[in-house]
Amino acid sequence: MREWADFTVQEKGGRTTLVLQGQLVVSTIAVLDRKLREMDDPVQFVDLSGTKDIDTIGAWTVWRFANDNKASITGASEQAEKLIATVSESASDVPLEPARLPLFRRVASDTGEKVIGFRDGAVRLVGFFGAILVSSVSVIRHPRRFRVKALFRQFELVGISSLAIIGLMSFLIGIVVAQQGAAQLRQFGAEIYTINLTGRLCLRELGVLMTAIMVAGRSGSAFAAQLGTMKLTEEIDAMRTIGVSPMEALVIPRMMAAILMMPLLGFYSAVMAIIGGAFIADLTLGIPFLSFLARIQEVVPMYDLWVALIKAPVFGLIVALAGCYQGMQVEGNSEEVGLRTTQAVVQAIFMVIVLDAFFAVFFTEIGWA
Amino acid sequence: MSDDDHEIRGDVIDEARDDVVEDFTGEFPIVIDGLRNTFGEQVIHENLSLKVKRGEVLGVVGGSGTGKSVLMRSIIGLQIPDEGTIEVFGKNTIGAEPDEESSVRSRWGVLFQGGALFSTLTVAENVEVPLKQFFPEIDAELRHEIARFKIIMSGLPEDAVSKYPSELSGGMKKRAGLARALALDPELLFLDEPTAGLDPIGAANFDSLTRELADTLGLTVFLITHDLDTLYAICDRVAVLADGEVIGVGTIPELLEMDHPWIQEYFNGPRSRAARDSVKRDKSAGTKSVDSAPSEKA
Repeated sequence: MREWADFTVQEKGGRTTLVLQGQLVVSTIAVLDRKLREMDDPVQFVDLSGTKDIDTIGAWTVWRFANDNKASITGASEQAEKLIATVSESASDVPLEPARLPLFRRVASDTGEKVIGFRDGAVRLVGFFGAILVSSVSVIRHPRRFRVKALFRQFELVGISSLAIIGLMSFLIGIVVAQQGAAQLRQFGAEIYTINLTGRLCLRELGVLMTAIMVAGRSGSAFAAQLGTMKLTEEIDAMRTIGVSPMEALVIPRMMAAILMMPLLGFYSAVMAIIGGAFIADLTLGIPFLSFLARIQEVVPMYDLWVALIKAPVFGLIVALAGCYQGMQVEGNSEEVGLRTTQAVVQAIFMVIVLDAFFAVFFTEIGWA
Repeated sequence: MSDDDHEIRGDVIDEARDDVVEDFTGEFPIVIDGLRNTFGEQVIHENLSLKVKRGEVLGVVGGSGTGKSVLMRSIIGLQIPDEGTIEVFGKNTIGAEPDEESSVRSRWGVLFQGGALFSTLTVAENVEVPLKQFFPEIDAELRHEIARFKIIMSGLPEDAVSKYPSELSGGMKKRAGLARALALDPELLFLDEPTAGLDPIGAANFDSLTRELADTLGLTVFLITHDLDTLYAICDRVAVLADGEVIGVGTIPELLEMDHPWIQEYFNGPRSRAARDSVKRDKSAGTKSVDSAPSEKA
């Protein structure tokens, strides 16, 4: 049980004295503080002679009350006097809330900032892309400066190390497409078209699209986080001062790795999905595994492969561009690395899906339906 | 009147936490005995013992990697040692979970190296966090007032109260961290390299602020530092960590009498002599250290 600090009021010769009792410390002050706040009779003296320990919070409570009532403090111990003097020097009544605009103006100003931010971002992104092109040209003119080691390292990170996860994901997608497709086609007695559905859909659309999403999540985010952290730790500035262009050393290998690995991964993904489809067809539809694969050759036109292989490097470019751009934009604190990484992934996936829709219409129009 | 009285008292008791802070009257608020800390194969502390006296400013020094921060983290319960006992205010802290609410926590304040302010809260809200956590019964108005005067007491300008940590400089963040560490008027204050990264003027101001607060508030301070000026200017005693244990505790002259090569090299190096001389000069001129006015902006 805590002993709350308390007080009594004594009247003597027309003067009111507030006599405090108990410990005036943070753990015992709450009752006293609330009572004093409710008191509105004038008080001329505050007597501390009955109090035991005191800390700055007790001293503040006493000083504030005395100051509000223009009362004088008596009976204070040496310690109490010292603390009261210290807190009185630190007294202030500045507002604690940060200054904020009223709601309707804040909405307007935030919207304005967003619009301007979007415009600036678009300009910077185009500028960044231009800088990459310029660096690429200079790398082509001075091939010795090209970082082969870094490129192969990125090949490994973007390509090889994602084979397992992309393979598994595609295999499962193939299973889902074939199984769900068969369930619908069965109603028309056209189960055999499951092969057309799985083959064409996976090769033309799903393989590349799902791979791009996976690469955005795995590698695009890694690009943004790596470059962002390197910017924070001033590694990139250090590179510049030594005369190494961060574009050539960091950005171009990553861009190239993504652009070159995406078609390979996309094709691999489509193959795995078709195998998944064949696997489930063998199990549930009674189509033998090898017949499924042989039939794929007949029903999937060659241009489906071209569609996939044309889209893939473009998606790779977008994913790497978003990752590298956002990474290089990091400034200030580590919080921003997280924000920029999220933005890189969101932007990449969004742009990939928008472009995929565009490609779908485009290739159908040119007759590759 | 008395009805009101009971009502307020009842309200407060409803809101207050149940655990009661017991008074500690012993001589040594921190007693470490036989401490052993390892990270994998690496032994950081081996049979380390240390007693911190009530009311002193104890400087803890040691080369990089001798486990000064690990020692502090062990005391405050963030690192669980392999062996040994640590008593803070006579209570064993080992085995107490870091998240476990314990009344001992309301009696110490910790200033981490970078300030470790909560980045989504303003400085004032940062200072209010421990108050809300341990003493929820305190009236919001009083809590705001406490936050204000603690921040100004820590040497920050008035307008810093409503700022977010990202708007503060490194030195101001440390002061804000100090204000939060002092929010509950702790008896024990842990400072992890408080002057690292500050310019010499800011560091000297921070030193004298620490000394001043320690004297006024009667704090026991456990201060990890590399800064020789801090050691000479404000520490009552210095503990030297080397080879996994405390190889010496005492005032600097006492330490100098010991014949340990690291201590000799540390306190007789050129930087140490310069720091000692400057303190002597200050003392003979009648002031202990640089004026503590909160003029530092860097």
